[in-house]
Amino acid sequence: MNEQPHFILDGRRVPFEDGQTLMTAALEAGVYIPHLCFNPEFTPHGSCRVCLVKVNGRVQAACTTPAAAGLTVQSEIEELRELRRGILQMLFVEGNHVCPACEKSGACQLQAVAYYVGMLAPHYTHFYPRHPVDASHPEAVIDFNRCILCELCVRASRDVDGKNVFAIQGRGLQARLVVNTPSGQLGATSFSIDDKAAQVCPTGTILIKHRGYETPIGQRLYDRKPISMVGDVAQVPESQGGRRHD
Amino acid sequence: MAEPMTFAQTVRDIVRRHGGLSTRLLQILREVQDHLTWLPSEALEQVAEELGLSPDKVRGVAKFYSFLYTDPRGSYDILFSDNITDRMLGNRELLHYLCERFGIGIGETRADGVVSVGTTSCTGMCDQGPAALVNGYTLTRLDRARLDRIVELVNGRIPLEQWPREFFEVTSNIRRADILLGRHFADGAAVRAVLRRGPEAMLDELVKSGLRGQGGAGYKSAAKWMACRNAPGEVKYVVCNADEGEPGTFKDRVLMQDFADLVFEGMTLCGRVIGARQGFVYLRGEYRYLLKALRETLQRRRETGLLGEAILGDPSFNFDIDIHLGAGAYVCGEESALIESLEGKHGVPRIRPPFPTTHGYLNRPTVVNNVETFAAAAKIAVEGGEWFASRGTAESKGTKLLSLSGDCERPGIYEYPFGVTVQRVLEDCGARDAQGIQMAGPAGHTVSAKQFGRRICFEDLATGGSFMVFDRSRDILDGIRNFTQFFVHESCGFCTPCRVGTSLMRDLVTKVHTGHGTRQDLEEMRKLGRIMQVACHCGLGQTAPNPVLDSLDEFPEAYERRLRSTAYEPAFDLNAALEEARQLTGRRDPGAYLNERDLLLGAMP
Repeated sequence: MNEQPHFILDGRRVPFEDGQTLMTAALEAGVYIPHLCFNPEFTPHGSCRVCLVKVNGRVQAACTTPAAAGLTVQSEIEELRELRRGILQMLFVEGNHVCPACEKSGACQLQAVAYYVGMLAPHYTHFYPRHPVDASHPEAVIDFNRCILCELCVRASRDVDGKNVFAIQGRGLQARLVVNTPSGQLGATSFSIDDKAAQVCPTGTILIKHRGYETPIGQRLYDRKPISMVGDVAQVPESQGGRRHD
Repeated sequence: MAEPMTFAQTVRDIVRRHGGLSTRLLQILREVQDHLTWLPSEALEQVAEELGLSPDKVRGVAKFYSFLYTDPRGSYDILFSDNITDRMLGNRELLHYLCERFGIGIGETRADGVVSVGTTSCTGMCDQGPAALVNGYTLTRLDRARLDRIVELVNGRIPLEQWPREFFEVTSNIRRADILLGRHFADGAAVRAVLRRGPEAMLDELVKSGLRGQGGAGYKSAAKWMACRNAPGEVKYVVCNADEGEPGTFKDRVLMQDFADLVFEGMTLCGRVIGARQGFVYLRGEYRYLLKALRETLQRRRETGLLGEAILGDPSFNFDIDIHLGAGAYVCGEESALIESLEGKHGVPRIRPPFPTTHGYLNRPTVVNNVETFAAAAKIAVEGGEWFASRGTAESKGTKLLSLSGDCERPGIYEYPFGVTVQRVLEDCGARDAQGIQMAGPAGHTVSAKQFGRRICFEDLATGGSFMVFDRSRDILDGIRNFTQFFVHESCGFCTPCRVGTSLMRDLVTKVHTGHGTRQDLEEMRKLGRIMQVACHCGLGQTAPNPVLDSLDEFPEAYERRLRSTAYEPAFDLNAALEEARQLTGRRDPGAYLNERDLLLGAMP
C-alpha cells in the first residue's frame, strides 16, 4: 500500500504533499502554529519568526521549512512558547501598540497571537518611535505606529492587486512601510478598500474609515475563542468579524 | 546640482555604460552619486525609468546601503572608521577635533554643502588607523597634523587627486608568511595545471587538500564545487566574496592588494571545474581604492591569455571576471545577501534552502567562496592537495591568515598553519599584557587570558581571520558596547529578533556600561541573547549576541563592578527625567528630588 508521506508534529501524524511546508501541511491538518507574516495565499516570507518550531531538535521557521517524511517537529512546548513570547514582546516595544485605544482590539491578529503565546506584558523597554498617521485617503487610514513589517500589504498590492502601492524601505530599525508616491500619501494612490491589500493586515495599521467600533468590544473575533480555533483575521469573512470581503 | 540637461544626460550615460542592466543598479547609483554627491529623487526616478524598474525599488536600494545618500551630503564626505581598534588609537578625539574645526556636529553637513563628517563601521585598516574614508577613498594613520592639513585642503576645495599621496597610503604589513604568502607563484601556473590535469583531477586534489571555506564558516570547498558542478543548468557562476566586513579583519584586503593574480587564478580554475564562464568579485565599498589596480590586473590577464576567450589557447576555456563594488552593508558578507546585492537589489539574506550551489546568482548554480579560499585553491592546483594537507590539524588543513590589531607591537598579517595557539600568536605580535582577545570579530568569540592555550582551527577556535587584542589597560566593556552598536547599524531589518533584538542588547549593555545596570539586566542579556541565537533568520543576527554572552562568562567582573546594588533600576535616568519638570516649574525644593544625593548634586552650581 502506498502510504502518504507524513511528519510527526507534537506526536501527531501530519500528512503532506510535495512542495508543502511544515506550516501549510499543519494548517491543512487543522493544527495551529502561531504566525503573523505568513498567509496561505502568499509566498512564505519568514521574517516575523513567530512560527518557530523545533525540527529534529533544531529551531526553524515552520513557514519556510519544506515538509519531509520522517521529520519530528515540536511546536507546543514551553521552550518555544518562551521564544515566541520574546519575539511578540519585541514587536510590541518596537512600535506603538496601545490596545485599549485601538479600533482593531479584539480582532487583531498581533494581539490574539500575543495572548495565545501567553504574553502578559511587553517586558522590554519601549522604543516609543515617532511615526505618522496617514489619513489622506477618503476611505482608509494608515497608522504606521502599528506596522510590524510583515509585508503582507506590500505583497498583496503588488502580486494580487497589481498596484504596487506599498514598499518597505530603509535598513535595520529604520526599515519602514512606505507608500509609493512622491508625496508618500495614500490619498495619491489608486488604493481602494476593495483591494486585497486592505484585507491582509494582521494589525490595526490599515483601517477602513467611517466604520469604527461596529462590533462592540467583548463580541469581537478573538474575544471569545482563541486564535488557534478562529484562524487568521485575513481568512475570516467580514460578516463574522474578520477582514476578508464576503 | 548640475544643469538639468547635463544632469539628465549624465544619468543616461551612466546607465548606458552599464548596458541598461538592472543587475548593475547598485553600481549605477554609486556612479550617479559620484557626480552629484547624493541621490536626489529626480535622479532615482530617472534611473528607474532608464532601467524599466519601479521608482520604489530604486529608492529601496538607495535607502539600504550606508554609502548611498538620499539626503544632501558634503562634496567632501569624511567618514571615520569606528571600530574598537580605531577607538584604541584615539579616533573619537580626532573625530571631535575635525568636527570642531569645521564647525559641525557628527553626522552633519556644513551649511555651505562643502563638507560632512560622520562615522562608519570598520574600514579594515585596523593595523594603520585611526582610519577614515573621504568620498569612499581610504585615509590612514590620522593625527591632528593630518587633520589640520585636510581642513585646509577641504576649505581650499582642492580635488582629492591633488591631496598628498601619503594620506592614502595603505601598507600590507605582512609579518609572517607560510605556504600561501611565502612561496613564489608564477602567473598562469594554476590555470595551466588545471588544463593539464583536467577538472576531475583538480577536484581530486581539492578533496585531498581538505580545504575549507576561509571566510570562517569552514564548509568543504571540494563539496561545494562538486555540488555546483553537478547541479543542472548550462549557465553557472563563480563569485568571490571580498566583502570583508567583519570588524578587525583585513587579510582579504592584503590579498587583493598584493596577490590579486593568485585570487583571480583561483576563480578561473573554479570556473573551469564547475563549467562557469563568468565570475564576479564582490569588493566591499570600503576597498574602493583597490578598484583601479584590480581592473588593470584583469586587463593584463586578458592580454596575456589568462582570462577571457580561449584561455591559454584552449577554445573551450572561456572565463571572465567582473568587479562589483559594495556600498557599506556588512550583511552582504552573508553569501545569499551578497548574491542579492550582486543582482542590484538590497542585501537581505535569502531563505535557504535552496543554496547558491543550485540557486545562486540569477537563480543559477553558483560557487561563492572567500578571497583566501580562492587563493589557496590556486596554490593547491600547482602544488597538489597532499602538499597543502601536510600543514594544519586533522580537521583544518593548510594555513590561516590572521589580521592582528589592537594592543600589540606589530599589528598586521600573520600566516600560520591551523592549530597554532592563541598564546603563540600573542608572543609573535608583541602583545605583552593581553587580558583578552576578540577572535573572529564581534560575531566570533571573546577569549580571556585563561584560554590563551586554545588552538586556532575549526575544531577549537574557528575564525575568518580577525584577531583584536585588548591589554590590561582596556575596559573590555568599551569593546563589547562598540560591537553591540555595530550590529544595530548593520542589521538589515528583515527579521524581528535581529531588527529589534540588536537595539535591545545595545541598550542593555549601555545601561550597565554607564553604571545604571543591576544583576537582573545581566540575566536579561543572557535571555535575549539566547533568543537571538536561535530565532534570527541569518548568521548576522544569530551571532550578534556572541560578544555579550561570551564576555558575561569570560569577563564577569567587567559587568559586575558597575552594577547597582538595587534589585531593579529603570531603563531611563529618573533624576534626568525629573530635571525637565523642575526646570519647567522652577522648583528646587527637597520635594522635587528623588533623594538626598540628587538634591545635593542639583544644588551644586
